[in-house]
Amino acid sequence: MKRYILKRLFLLIPILFGITIITFFIIHLTPGGFTTVNMQMDIRTSPDSIARLKSLYGLDKPIHIRYLDWLKRFIFFDFGNSFLDGRQVIKKVLERLPATLLLNISALVLEFLFGIIIGVTCAVKRNSIYDTGMTFFTFLGYSIPAFWLALILMMIFGVKLNLLPISGIKSVNFDFLSSSEKVMDILKHMILPVFISAFSGLAYISRYVKNNMVETLNQQYIKAAYAKGLSENTIYYKSALKNSILPIITLLGLSLPGLIGGSFIFETIFAWPGMGRLAYEAAINFDYPVIMGVVTMSAFLTLLGNLLADISYAFIDPRIRYK
Amino acid sequence: MNKMILSGLILIIFLFSIALFAPFITKYDYKEQNINLRLQPPSKEHLFGTDELGRDVYTRMVYGARISMSVGIIAVLISTILGVLIGAISGYFGGILDNIIMRIVDIVLTIPVLFLILMLIVYLGPSIFNIMVIIGLTSWTDIARIIRAEILSLKKQPFVEAAKLMGLKKRTIIFKYLILNTLGPVIVYMTFGVSGAILVESGLSFLGLGVQPPYPSWGNILMSGKDYIHSAWWLITFPGIAIFLAVFSFNLLGEGIRDYLNPKLRNER
Repeated sequence: MKRYILKRLFLLIPILFGITIITFFIIHLTPGGFTTVNMQMDIRTSPDSIARLKSLYGLDKPIHIRYLDWLKRFIFFDFGNSFLDGRQVIKKVLERLPATLLLNISALVLEFLFGIIIGVTCAVKRNSIYDTGMTFFTFLGYSIPAFWLALILMMIFGVKLNLLPISGIKSVNFDFLSSSEKVMDILKHMILPVFISAFSGLAYISRYVKNNMVETLNQQYIKAAYAKGLSENTIYYKSALKNSILPIITLLGLSLPGLIGGSFIFETIFAWPGMGRLAYEAAINFDYPVIMGVVTMSAFLTLLGNLLADISYAFIDPRIRYK
Repeated sequence: MNKMILSGLILIIFLFSIALFAPFITKYDYKEQNINLRLQPPSKEHLFGTDELGRDVYTRMVYGARISMSVGIIAVLISTILGVLIGAISGYFGGILDNIIMRIVDIVLTIPVLFLILMLIVYLGPSIFNIMVIIGLTSWTDIARIIRAEILSLKKQPFVEAAKLMGLKKRTIIFKYLILNTLGPVIVYMTFGVSGAILVESGLSFLGLGVQPPYPSWGNILMSGKDYIHSAWWLITFPGIAIFLAVFSFNLLGEGIRDYLNPKLRNER
């Protein structure tokens, strides 16, 4: 087991390297980039001051030197400062991380909880009206564009009924609320985004669980359990369930990459102050250090999450350990 | 043929014919502005109302179908060709080449695809052509993995051994014997891929990073609708339904084909 983990940890290094190289070269595709966008609009800018600005940000050096410079600082966890406001990248990312994790982890918990329940019950009552109805319902969630559903629900619950707040993570008067009201306020802001993002991922999990469960129910040992005279409920919810939801851990690992940097469309609609929006703002403003910081950190977290999923899987399933 | 395949196909043909016959099913021009008629609610003259520049929303949606559908299909063609070739080469030759390719796939899979697309769009500039190519170039990893796994199991089959013994060229074996036998999963991937690409395109256009005005796309009609969320419900409602229908029909088709190809499910019914 120890050797397996060490081997996997060691394999992370080249992947992380690859990610930083690819990202670095993509964001430097545009000649000029940051300085072009911010200076060329103004015709009074002299070529001289553009050159000065470039050397200030180190953009006058050849790209491989710039990458090596970045790498040198990265080894000491120094991601540099943002081009836009000069603040430390690491600080900017860390202050956005909690909002993203709060939103995505709540959505993920709901998604897996309901996904497993729907999947299992559909497998038990397969080919019934309940099964067809639920399959259709999850399929709807899977096909409705999340950003559009967000707009529609914002229009209904926010504008027409005036029930829920439609943007941000807290109200304007947040600082004046008591602590219990503060929690309520954040929860209220979470309802729409969490519901929508859980709804769209539901089909993925429920179908996976259902297929696994159906397959498990066809196994010999389930027939043996029937022959033993165990009640249907014991067979379904004790013997079959355990074996069919184990592979879900892999699914959990797979859903991590989108969790951190991929939700920018969503976070932009809800004005959610998370990493996705930070990444989006950085990308459209050519804020290279922030982009590199966000991508590297989210890739690192993703890889770590995948590793944890694999390790816990190996822990549960001895067949993997000895491969 | 099951019901899902059939209804998916009917919907897709419906959407395609709208895209194809766009000029014949609307009397307006998608660029035609009429500032006197801005933000009109749906009426007999303007079925889905007008937008903030007085353009007919129905017309823009009909022409938008052309753009959204072709972006979806061309992007998927690019990613499928790339993915199938890379996956087949990786699976057939194995060894160091396979190792290198799979590590690259791992790397691309770790960067959130949507963010990768965003970066490329920002740095190469948004245009219909760029969007098709960028979506195509960033989403080949899934299909490459699937094809690789298929080829790995196929290449041990007796008929491939026989082809080798007959002295056939590697190219012939890969294309005729191996890739042709992976057609099932490739078709399933492609149908889901089209709906995914349509979603990505409309999401990007919604943020103003996709199809640029005056060209209409379902996503960029929604973008202008976002600013009138308090007053013009039709600007938000109809284009969204169009995106949903397109995504839904391709998903339905994909799901149907997957069930059809799955021997386990076939025996159950």
